[in-house]
Amino acid sequence: MNGPFDFTLGLGDDALIAAQRLAEWTTRAPEMEEDIALANIALDQLGAARLLLSYAGELEAAGRDEDALAYLRDDREFRNALLVELPNGDFAVTVAKLFFLAAYQVPLYTALAGCADERLAAIGAKARKESAYHLDHGALWVKRLGDGTEESHRRMQSAVDEVWPYTHELFGADPAAPVDPSTLRPAFDETVGAVLAEATLTRPEGAWAPAGGRDGVHTEHLSYLLAEMQVLHRAHPGARW
Amino acid sequence: MYGNDFSAPTDASDDIPGGGLLGEVEAAEAELRAAAARERRGGPAPDEDLAAYFADVVGSEQKIEPRDWMPDAYRRTLIRQIAQHAHSEIIGMQPEGNWISRAPSLKRKAILLAKVQDEAGHGLYLYAAAETLGISRDELVQLLLDGRQKYSSIFNYPTLSWADVGAIGWLVDGAAIVNQVPLCRCSYGPYARAMIRVCKEESFHQRQGYEILHTLAHGTPAQRAMAQDAVDRWWYPSLAMFGPPDGDSTHSAQSMAWKIKRFSNDDLRQRFVDMCVGQAEVLGLRIPDDDLRWNEERQAYDYSQPDYDELMRVISGNGPCNRERMAHRRAAHADGAWVREAAAAYAAKRAENREKVAA
Repeated sequence: MNGPFDFTLGLGDDALIAAQRLAEWTTRAPEMEEDIALANIALDQLGAARLLLSYAGELEAAGRDEDALAYLRDDREFRNALLVELPNGDFAVTVAKLFFLAAYQVPLYTALAGCADERLAAIGAKARKESAYHLDHGALWVKRLGDGTEESHRRMQSAVDEVWPYTHELFGADPAAPVDPSTLRPAFDETVGAVLAEATLTRPEGAWAPAGGRDGVHTEHLSYLLAEMQVLHRAHPGARW
Repeated sequence: MYGNDFSAPTDASDDIPGGGLLGEVEAAEAELRAAAARERRGGPAPDEDLAAYFADVVGSEQKIEPRDWMPDAYRRTLIRQIAQHAHSEIIGMQPEGNWISRAPSLKRKAILLAKVQDEAGHGLYLYAAAETLGISRDELVQLLLDGRQKYSSIFNYPTLSWADVGAIGWLVDGAAIVNQVPLCRCSYGPYARAMIRVCKEESFHQRQGYEILHTLAHGTPAQRAMAQDAVDRWWYPSLAMFGPPDGDSTHSAQSMAWKIKRFSNDDLRQRFVDMCVGQAEVLGLRIPDDDLRWNEERQAYDYSQPDYDELMRVISGNGPCNRERMAHRRAAHADGAWVREAAAAYAAKRAENREKVAA
């Protein structure tokens, strides 16, 4: 990555794609209260995405606003980490994705709140409070499912195993960025270690660390997600909504 | 949102839809506060008949509260009505939820997601109001899943384009508010209070829907055609939300006497039509009714009735999406069973541990 535009775009894309996936749960959650909670988190992510993409558009200075960036780029131009584009799977997979993402976004936004770029600092200050709630919510479900029934334990462990390899990409070193993601790893490990232990879950081992999202090389899933998200906007070029 | 299709008009020139209705909600809220502040009878006199006391409270525009004696039929009617309303909020999330992933701008996506979330909140709030009558939410949800309680038939129509999201906001939420504003004065306190909150939020939803249609109607030719097509498809089903014509309405007379219902189906339908005509003019969209015209004598619009045979077909389960809506809800409920069991098991373990610590 190079420069604040790519960095900001990457964070904005993480938030946007996470919101799109979470919103897929609307009308499908295991409890009505959870339907509301997941929509809340999706709305927070979408709000952060809009701020970050708008700012990325300003940094780029090529006249692209949040919608041009969200709707008129192809998958190879998206810079989100692979973690957020993975399909929702069952509720345990969604919880694993939500929890790991929040455990990364809390220290990220906290560090961002203190960075030299005033705009990013303001976005970080707002988003870290929301992410702290996402982390609480995700951690609570990891514990409930991990230490609930035999079935929920099995599903939660399997979800952690499935999603875990995708967490490594979040911490790729970028010393020139406003916040170097590699510096966030210790806080992430501490949070995750404590919650998994309390949830009676095992942290996976293994060296497989899929990556490429920050360079625009994604999983097969992203272009389907974008096809759905962008279809209406692209069908009416230049229209106002 | 909610109709009367199971079984307060705004000024027609008002170009801010819902503005007049919101005023009525606020008036009802003020009235509710005033009624609460007035001397209320604390209970029946020693020799007084309970039914006479109930009639006295209702007759003097006071609220019946959960602790009060009430006729069984009044309780049953309220449980049925509030539950149907709650079910309608929950099932009603589906047709609009259908467009969240494809919303054409990030701002519209956020507004729509928040709106559908509001409906889940209304559902929860209404289930809680029903629970004050001595039935649990789990029982009510089971009645819905078993097909033994209904939801508003309007949600059995499909949302085929983005403009349908606008039409639902303008027409369906508009009809729901016209139906619900009088319920803010319902004789049962918890329901009246719930309706005040629900109506306020619905007014925002209606405004958002109107704004979507306004943008489309003033956009490209394709957007304009999309908007008109949506109004063409949603107009008559929205009129049908007020239920069968007065002569055929089964529950109306008793509900009027109990002050659960305040206006007849046809009166409310007329209010809705009168409200929409001026708004359609501002939108620049046509209401699909060749016989729609002002009647100077009645000081109201003449209009064509919806197809009540179609309404009866949809109510009896044969609308375009009845099967889909129920299958979706049942699947979500079934798929979530293991999660609910896990949450219960976890809570039980925690309680057990607390007991051990306490001992």
